[in-house]
Amino acid sequence: MDRISAGRLLKWIRFDPWLVLGLLAVSGIGLVVLYSAGQRSLDLVIGQSIRLGLGFAILLTLAQIPPHYFRFWSPWIYLVGILLLLAVMVAGDVSKGARRWLDLGVLRFQPSEIMKLAVPMMMAWFFANKPLPPRLSHLLAGAFITALPFILIAQQPDLGTGLVVGFAGGIALFLAGLSWIVMFILAGLLATVIPLFWTFVMHDYQRQRVLTFLNPESDPLGTGYHIIQSKIAIGSGGIYGKGWLNGTQSHLDFLPEGSTDFIFAAFSEEFGLVGGCVLLVLYFFIIARCLYMATRGADTYGRLLSGSLTLIFFLYAFVNSGMVSGLLPVVGLPLPLFSYGGTSLVTIMAGFGMLMSVYSHRRTPTR
Amino acid sequence: MNKSFTRKPRWRALARQALKTFPVVSRRVLVLWLVFAMAGSMVARATYLQLVHNDFLQEQGNERFLRVVEVPAHRGMILDRNGEPLAVSSPVDSIWAEPSELLRQRERWPSLAAALKLPLSELEEKLAGRDDSKFAYLRRHLAPNLAQQVLKLKIPGVHAKREYRRYYPDAEVTSHLLGFTDIDDAGQEGLEKAFDPQLKGIPGRKRVIQDRMARIVEDVENVQAPQPGKPVVLSIDRRLQYLAYRALKTAVAENKASAGAAVIVDARTGEVLAMVSQPAGNPNNRAELHSELLRNRAITDVYEPGSTVKPFTAALGLESGKWSPGTRVSTSPMMIGRYSVRDTHNYGVLDVTRIISKSSNVGVSKIALSMPAQKLWQLYQDLGFGSQTKAAAWDGEQSGVLRHFSKWGEIGHATHSFGYGFSVTILQLAEAYTVLAADGMRRPLTLRKREGPLGPDEQERVLNASAVRQVRAMMEQVISERGTGLKADVPGYRVAGKTGTARKISGGRYISNRHVALFAGLVPASDPRLVMTVLIDDPKGGAYYGGTVAAPVFSKTMGAVLRIMNITPDDMPSMKIAGTVQPVGALP
Repeated sequence: MDRISAGRLLKWIRFDPWLVLGLLAVSGIGLVVLYSAGQRSLDLVIGQSIRLGLGFAILLTLAQIPPHYFRFWSPWIYLVGILLLLAVMVAGDVSKGARRWLDLGVLRFQPSEIMKLAVPMMMAWFFANKPLPPRLSHLLAGAFITALPFILIAQQPDLGTGLVVGFAGGIALFLAGLSWIVMFILAGLLATVIPLFWTFVMHDYQRQRVLTFLNPESDPLGTGYHIIQSKIAIGSGGIYGKGWLNGTQSHLDFLPEGSTDFIFAAFSEEFGLVGGCVLLVLYFFIIARCLYMATRGADTYGRLLSGSLTLIFFLYAFVNSGMVSGLLPVVGLPLPLFSYGGTSLVTIMAGFGMLMSVYSHRRTPTR
Repeated sequence: MNKSFTRKPRWRALARQALKTFPVVSRRVLVLWLVFAMAGSMVARATYLQLVHNDFLQEQGNERFLRVVEVPAHRGMILDRNGEPLAVSSPVDSIWAEPSELLRQRERWPSLAAALKLPLSELEEKLAGRDDSKFAYLRRHLAPNLAQQVLKLKIPGVHAKREYRRYYPDAEVTSHLLGFTDIDDAGQEGLEKAFDPQLKGIPGRKRVIQDRMARIVEDVENVQAPQPGKPVVLSIDRRLQYLAYRALKTAVAENKASAGAAVIVDARTGEVLAMVSQPAGNPNNRAELHSELLRNRAITDVYEPGSTVKPFTAALGLESGKWSPGTRVSTSPMMIGRYSVRDTHNYGVLDVTRIISKSSNVGVSKIALSMPAQKLWQLYQDLGFGSQTKAAAWDGEQSGVLRHFSKWGEIGHATHSFGYGFSVTILQLAEAYTVLAADGMRRPLTLRKREGPLGPDEQERVLNASAVRQVRAMMEQVISERGTGLKADVPGYRVAGKTGTARKISGGRYISNRHVALFAGLVPASDPRLVMTVLIDDPKGGAYYGGTVAAPVFSKTMGAVLRIMNITPDDMPSMKIAGTVQPVGALP
């Protein structure tokens, strides 16, 4: 028994070395940057390391579970998620003007976080046994599955998470084989819905964010402050950056949220264009690997789930870097694996765990 | 894949054509393209910001943290003539805090309060309800070593700021003379303002790195080193200043006077050795910095000099040759137009010496009226009445009023001879008395220490030397049993002086029961070294004559001053008598 070598153990544990390597590389760089962006606070780095450790543990645990369990539990997790969202509506904690948190006494968490995983799981479950491409009635049902949590989350209000959940459902629909013509119609519909959305659904602060995105200099001391400081941080980094621990924007406290949502700006300031490109390549590598893994799934459920999860990760990375560099409006999405903070990290890792499970059980169909 | 294109065959054909030309063959490839495109746009964006816009954004960044700030220059010291410091700028640290940060660490407040030497309750008061505030002084002007102890606690949000604080070792004793500086250590009053150009340094500039809260994180380079101000050495002798202040303060209190002032001048050089004023406040305590306590009454308040100017009229009479010390004249009340001139008693016939010692208004009027009014006016002009002294470039120094003789009239001519109808400060009076001490030479007053003796071109003759000597002998008679100034007597020394009592003017009329008591004297009379003028304003303790109220200040001060200055006594017989009388107590 004591002869079990490390190699045999590794073979026994199901995981994808390439993906794990990519994740370790990004989160490792993330820790180094966090030390600098967090004003040399070791507490911050240690806290983040613990979260990352927890994340990797969840990832490896989920990777061992065959995907048919996920498939079986998908509708139940989704149902519980919806019920929790309703519970938040009734009894949630209000903080900073939004009712997002649920306090269960033992732990306090945002049920909307669950939906980031539950919606793609539910969509994959729903479309797994439907003929592809799906019929219109199925598409409508799928749209409902997505729309319900989206509305519940958006009204909290938490547009950022709501959009992620909506995107997750939309991407699942797309991957499930939404016909091009329906997509065109939807695009047209979106064009008419957006103005309505602007006037009736969005809150003032969200509108303000979009407006300042379009012209950040219009309000340099108020809402445009984040974007201006962030652009200065990135731009002043130049090609090679100012060097680790030498960023002025972040160290002198000009860059807001430098260790959380705007950590990409702190990174770019210190490591420049070269560092930024290296990081983008690493993210691209992870996404490409995930997409490859997704196509190798044993059945429709696995492929749909993996594809959606990958694209959610991509969305996070792109939206965050886009917002920090002034390409997209400021929505409070963290840079996955990089930003300081716990909940979304755990969700992302759990997603990678399921993805890895699908890939490593590619020879065992979910049914 | 293409099943959606079922309605129009033309569309379908077109789509097929499109699919053949474009490599978009499946959704997964499309997704891959999408990812590529977005990643590409990010790279493009980063390139745009970091390569194309780099210079602009770099500058924007620098503008945010690189600042040039002023480095305060050390203000020069004010020293007395012996090099003793009278005003010193010492570096101090002001402790300030970011309340928003500090409010999160209540557990550290007790140790912070202890280090700040503040009661905890006071610290709590300073921070209470300031959650959103980013700046609050906890304690200003703390000694650097105490500030270091506070900073050693390393409490986040607690910072120190270097400042200079002006400190006056002699506090109220020199407060009127020196004035004070404002919070930025710039001279605001008194000599601090008069000598500000020399005292203030040139602030330096340095380039620093500041964070968002404008806290200086790092010094980058010195753009220009600060140039410290130069010290100013005053003519003041700190010991004399103290003695005069003590005697004056006692007299003001004993006589329930509203104010008082005294000036001591070195008769040989014109240097002002002491200048004191009452009431006073402690300039080291900003709460006591109000104008009433800071008024330097020796230069800001003007009074009719009264009888103290009579010796000048007498000197003028002697100089004219029409009068000698023994010339006798009736001092019975006389009428000039519809005005009568009278003395307190009708002394009958007096010689000039007795006119001075008894202070007869009628007597001096007769001397003055024997000469043209212009003579007296010219003398007063030459003595400096009606114009500011050149002692220092004071802002608040008054010049007094001396009208042109053509406007005097005969009664005005008479009143000017006994000190009414014009006004002087006691500094001007001291300058005039210096002429009497210096055998008729006028030596301009100064508040800066003189290096070396006065040159001949630095003094001018105002009165004939022998006339002045004769007048001094008359003034010695004032300090006698038969004169009005016996209380100015200094055992062991011959004192020449003159008392003065003037009624106060209010609303253009003389008030009969409110007075200004004056004494002006010089000592030792055989070879005068020191001149002192004393003013007691509005004594309400019963006595109000210059001889009873002001003269004792002269006596008390000079008794100690002459000994300190090691001036040889010129009145040894009187010393023996003095031995049995009360000796003047030693003053610190």
